[in-house]
Amino acid sequence: MRERLLQFHGRRGWLILAVAAAALIILVPVLNSLPKSFPLSVPDYLIPLLGKFLCYGIMAIAMDLVWGYTGILSLGHALFFALGGYGMGMYLMRRMAGEGVYRSNLPDFMVFLDWKQLPWYWHGFQHFGFAVAMLLLVPGLLALVFGWFAFRSRIKGVYLSIVTQALTFAAMLLFFQNATGFGGNNGLTDFKHLLGRSLQSPATKMALYIASAVALVLTYLLCRFVVTSKLGRVLTAIRDAELKTRFCGYESTHYKVFVWTLSAMLCALAGALYVPQVGIINPSEMQPSNSIELAIWVAVGGRGTLIGPLLGALLLNGAKSYLTAAFPSAWLYVLGGIFVLVTLFLPRGVLGLLTAARKRKAAPAERPADLERPVATEHGAAPENAVVSP
Amino acid sequence: MLDQGKNLTMIRRYALSSLLLLGASTFGACEKEEAKPAMAPAAPAAPAAPAAPAAAPADDKGPIKVGILHSLSGTMAISETSLKDVALMTIDEINEAGGVLGRKLEPVVVDPASNWPLFAEKARDLIQNQHVAVTFGCWTSVSRKSVLPVFEELNGLLFYPVQYEGEESSWNVFYTGAAPNQQAIPAVEYLMSKKGGNAKRWVLLGTDYVYPRTTNKILRYFLHSKGVADDDIMEKYTPFGHSDYQTIVADVKKFAAGKRTAVVSTINGDSNVPFYKELGNQGIKATDIPVVAFSVGEEELRGVDTKPLVGQLAAWNYFESIDNPTNKAFIDKWMAYVKKNNLPGGDKRVTNDPMEATYIGIHMWAQAVAQAHSTNVDAVRQAVGYQHFKAPSGFDITMDAENHHLHKPVFIGEVKADGQFRVVWKTDGPIKAEAWSPYIPDDKGKIANWLYPWACGNCTEAKYK
Amino acid sequence: MRFAPALTSSRRFATGLLALAALVLVTGGDAGRPAFADTLDDAVNGLASSTGEKISASVKQLATLDDPRAIPALDALCDDRLRAGADGRAWIFDSHTHDLKDPVTGAPAPAGARPAKEVELDNDIRREAQPVLAQLQLASPDKSVRLAAAEELSKAGSDDAAVMLHKAYDKEKDKGVHDALALAVARLDIQSKDPAARLAAVQLIHKSGNDAMLGELQRLLSVGADGQPQEPDAQVRAEAKEALNAVMSRRRTITAVGSVIYGVSLASVLLFAALGLAITFGLLGVINMAHGEMLMLGAYATYAVQTFFQNHLTGAFQYYLAAAVPVAFIVTFAVGVVLERLVIRHLYNRPLETLLATWGISLILIQTVRLIFGAQNVAVANPDWLAGGVELAHGLVLPYNRIGVVVFVVAVSAAVWALLYRTRLGLNVRAITQNRNMAACVGIPTKRLDAWMFGLGSGIAGLGGVALSQLGNVGPELGQAYIIDSFMVVVLGGVGRLAGAIVSALGLGVINKLIEPAAGAVMGKIVVLGFIILFIQRRPQGLFAIKGRSEA
Repeated sequence: MRERLLQFHGRRGWLILAVAAAALIILVPVLNSLPKSFPLSVPDYLIPLLGKFLCYGIMAIAMDLVWGYTGILSLGHALFFALGGYGMGMYLMRRMAGEGVYRSNLPDFMVFLDWKQLPWYWHGFQHFGFAVAMLLLVPGLLALVFGWFAFRSRIKGVYLSIVTQALTFAAMLLFFQNATGFGGNNGLTDFKHLLGRSLQSPATKMALYIASAVALVLTYLLCRFVVTSKLGRVLTAIRDAELKTRFCGYESTHYKVFVWTLSAMLCALAGALYVPQVGIINPSEMQPSNSIELAIWVAVGGRGTLIGPLLGALLLNGAKSYLTAAFPSAWLYVLGGIFVLVTLFLPRGVLGLLTAARKRKAAPAERPADLERPVATEHGAAPENAVVSP
Repeated sequence: MLDQGKNLTMIRRYALSSLLLLGASTFGACEKEEAKPAMAPAAPAAPAAPAAPAAAPADDKGPIKVGILHSLSGTMAISETSLKDVALMTIDEINEAGGVLGRKLEPVVVDPASNWPLFAEKARDLIQNQHVAVTFGCWTSVSRKSVLPVFEELNGLLFYPVQYEGEESSWNVFYTGAAPNQQAIPAVEYLMSKKGGNAKRWVLLGTDYVYPRTTNKILRYFLHSKGVADDDIMEKYTPFGHSDYQTIVADVKKFAAGKRTAVVSTINGDSNVPFYKELGNQGIKATDIPVVAFSVGEEELRGVDTKPLVGQLAAWNYFESIDNPTNKAFIDKWMAYVKKNNLPGGDKRVTNDPMEATYIGIHMWAQAVAQAHSTNVDAVRQAVGYQHFKAPSGFDITMDAENHHLHKPVFIGEVKADGQFRVVWKTDGPIKAEAWSPYIPDDKGKIANWLYPWACGNCTEAKYK
Repeated sequence: MRFAPALTSSRRFATGLLALAALVLVTGGDAGRPAFADTLDDAVNGLASSTGEKISASVKQLATLDDPRAIPALDALCDDRLRAGADGRAWIFDSHTHDLKDPVTGAPAPAGARPAKEVELDNDIRREAQPVLAQLQLASPDKSVRLAAAEELSKAGSDDAAVMLHKAYDKEKDKGVHDALALAVARLDIQSKDPAARLAAVQLIHKSGNDAMLGELQRLLSVGADGQPQEPDAQVRAEAKEALNAVMSRRRTITAVGSVIYGVSLASVLLFAALGLAITFGLLGVINMAHGEMLMLGAYATYAVQTFFQNHLTGAFQYYLAAAVPVAFIVTFAVGVVLERLVIRHLYNRPLETLLATWGISLILIQTVRLIFGAQNVAVANPDWLAGGVELAHGLVLPYNRIGVVVFVVAVSAAVWALLYRTRLGLNVRAITQNRNMAACVGIPTKRLDAWMFGLGSGIAGLGGVALSQLGNVGPELGQAYIIDSFMVVVLGGVGRLAGAIVSALGLGVINKLIEPAAGAVMGKIVVLGFIILFIQRRPQGLFAIKGRSEA
């Protein structure tokens, strides 16, 4: 057990993780409760913002799982995030029946569409358990089916990216239609309370933030568990040399489908936590550019490291929030520039920069294939070419 | 890849990357500085850095902060950028006249980039972080609906300048745009009349979101009340940004065969251009099938070749072509502002209804602050109701204290070849807005009245008996 | 029938002038206008009155006068070209020369006429004036003018014109005009008291298959509030029923044909968007997410050329497209080559990175264009020869600009095919596609050709932008709307073959348009996307795959 835990990362790694988790889960709430005049106090409006960033972090880690470790560049991953968000949104809408603008049992958008009753797929969402189950299962099922067919046909590389883009685009078009029954362009909004507590109260916001932080830590641990296991080894092998892995007897389709579905469900979880903090979910969350931005968070941070994408997500979203306020016209230049520069000059991302700086002496000669692989994992894990023990 | 020494390459790369990023930011920042001299810097929102100590709210000295929440990029930038510009112009005008309560107004401009969740985030930032006294913003109903909970939670004040679908009246919002009975219903009545063509069949064509859906719902009930059967009503929706109207226009032609038909268009944004082009290409003339649009104004006509549109209609509460001294002064001020700040478009810039509504709203708010001797939201809210203002439309406009909507006159205009409108019909004076449409059965008896004893925006009986 | 308002109005003016000349010759007229034209003069000046009622009264007066010299004035009134002079008289305004002319004689206006104000009229007045204008134009010697007039009268017109219509119908020799007049006559006769006249009218409608009278046919077959049929005569009823069926079935055919034609037009747009991508992806293995922005740059290049012509070469404005095409091509070609040299070159073995890098470039390009030209859409006007459309059948109008785009894309595709399959350059490019290393060994300058091919792909997208500017909006986000469609076409068509892109564009366009009338525009698109996703699972290499390649 201990050995297995040490496989995640060494003692120092665990220490850093514990400190970071404590900072997120304990320190920030404490700082928030300090009186406003304190220099280090965290103001109220930052809490939902931080929560949002943490949800993005979960999404980034999930994406790293499929891209950094398995080599599947999905440009439609935000679809699962959005579906999870819609699941939570449906629960919140059912819960506020009678309190909307129209004071009707139906959600407001159904009233202005002149619908008289709930569509069948809305039934059951007034129960929290059911809603949570559905918001994980539906994206998971979609990912399973899509992944099964896609990977079985050996679609990979740019073709897969384009097809995932088409998938999320088609879903977006579908959800934009009011007739589909999910609020159309407005989406689901105007939420009032969650599990009995008002969504406007600072306590609920704090609780949601803490939940996001906990979810992030758990996601990270889960993913670490996966990638340091045997399965993780096979994934890396599939990423680097799929044909050879298949010829060695590993059914790559199964592995890919597994990690694809897992990643989708993690994204859905992130979406479900995101929606109550942001207060609205609408089909533009499914647009292809969101998924492409997700890819760049992972690339900027450093693929195949789990920590890197998290850093990338936090960095880029923080920069976005700042720049769209301070220098609105500059933001797109910065973002576009980052895309270009990271792909050209920083194939290992920011984390790779830091690690390379530390390991400059030991770096091998640069061949294109090498740049696809991450450097030796942090925190002193076993080196890459260790034999996979049965 | 490259064969030079690795260290040198890495250094070059870092240097290049940093330079490019620096350059991009500077370029963007420079653009921003030139175009918006009055913009105030916002506090950074980096997650891990500790926030600066919050400034004391409701400062009694120093400038009054005014939030401007309009999309400056994305699909809605086309419509909303002008509102930001005219808001800045109005603020300059007020400042030149001495400001409000002896203090200057300081605009805080943010860009929610046509992204609805970002609207809510920026609204929260404006109120809680920037401590603005009031916000002027939003265009689409989605953006308004997504910021509404924020304004209600934090007791902010929003002035919303765009025509919309009604069915709303919030304690924290003042609506300076038209409700359906101030735009849609008079337009349909005009088309039913002899002057408008005696239309017997109706095509309700819109973009697929809440404003067209709700407006068309109201119109359908209205048409029923006038004896029009469902068979004579065709309702179609297209998504935002839709550009291929061949089949839809052909369907309209078929539907119109043999009976006088009118089209009520709530198509929004970019889609109007291909729609009108297609109408022209398929030979539909305004005298055969008149099309009245609620979201096409002078600004939208700027990007369009107006030849095929001559004679088509629009319904608004203001047109740039209205001939009176107040409007002339307004237009002159605006063109001077455009010239002074080198706004893109130069002397091709126009004024339109939402711009006039923004202008009215900012002035009314300033008047209310002066009357209340305070920027406190509750005090100002009391004072905004009953404010008068001599508007560029030529009428004396009042803000209804009961439902928080403006009394507005209605104009129906025909498109001219030069992109302006010729007024062909107008009301005698401003009419009161009906926040809850009397035509919708579910709305029967609903009242929006924030005064005592009702004190509600959406109720059937008074709060205080 | 052609919709070509600008040309017809000058013809009408010429006709009016001819009529006047004839009249003067016949009466041996003196220097001024003949005496009985004073009433005409009053009526014509009345058209520039300040109130709608007075204008309306003047229109009625002109109808009774039945004088073809009133044609230019009425035409100008409907077209917004009539002006009320400061001297109280009506003048026709020429927007090109800014001259004011007398509506009847064509003489230039004296200085006392300025400043001239616009006549305040609305659609109601136009609706009254147009049939009167048509009525007067029925006597025109020009066939197309008579045809337009007859069609106008078949839609609207007062019953007073019945006698005059019948007379014109009996006199008419030209078949096309005769048929149109028949409909106009039928429209009046269908209300007649005489069952024989009604029967004749319904038979006429049956023969023409024109759905303009659909409402009337349905009224004839309907049952009144008392349960009695509206049409007492059984024979007329039977004929009306048959006519109705004929009209409806003709409608269905036209809708189906129309869908196919619209599908081809949509396909031409898709093909333009995808052709360049097919080249870069097929021949170079590079996925260019900035491809949509090349379309956008081409459209903005057209806008810039148009503005230049508007400001400096006003006379040649109708030909600005001829200049826009090479300019757009050169600009986007250059941008493509620069892009390839700076960025893509370093990413050749890494298609996923290329995807991301080019996406970043697309963001930069969009923002640059936004800062230079503004976030607003810009207006690109169709030159006159592209405005309007040709009516293939009643109810089916094919706009000229769409025909132009189809012709253009066929020409460009042919040119590309010729380049690839008939030139040495093309031979080299195909060699690189098949086996890059061998081609390099044989002496083909692969790196240079890569840059040129990328430039060519971008250039074709630029030409696509020129086409798009004539069809719809031009704004900074123009490219974003087409990028997904381009990918779908290329992926479906199979990589490396031009034919694949063409066939898949055609197929997707037509399928989309066939589904649209039934399910709506959006569902059509979703179905098409779903179909592609499923198709790719079955056949990942696309429709036309180059033999011997397993995957990109």
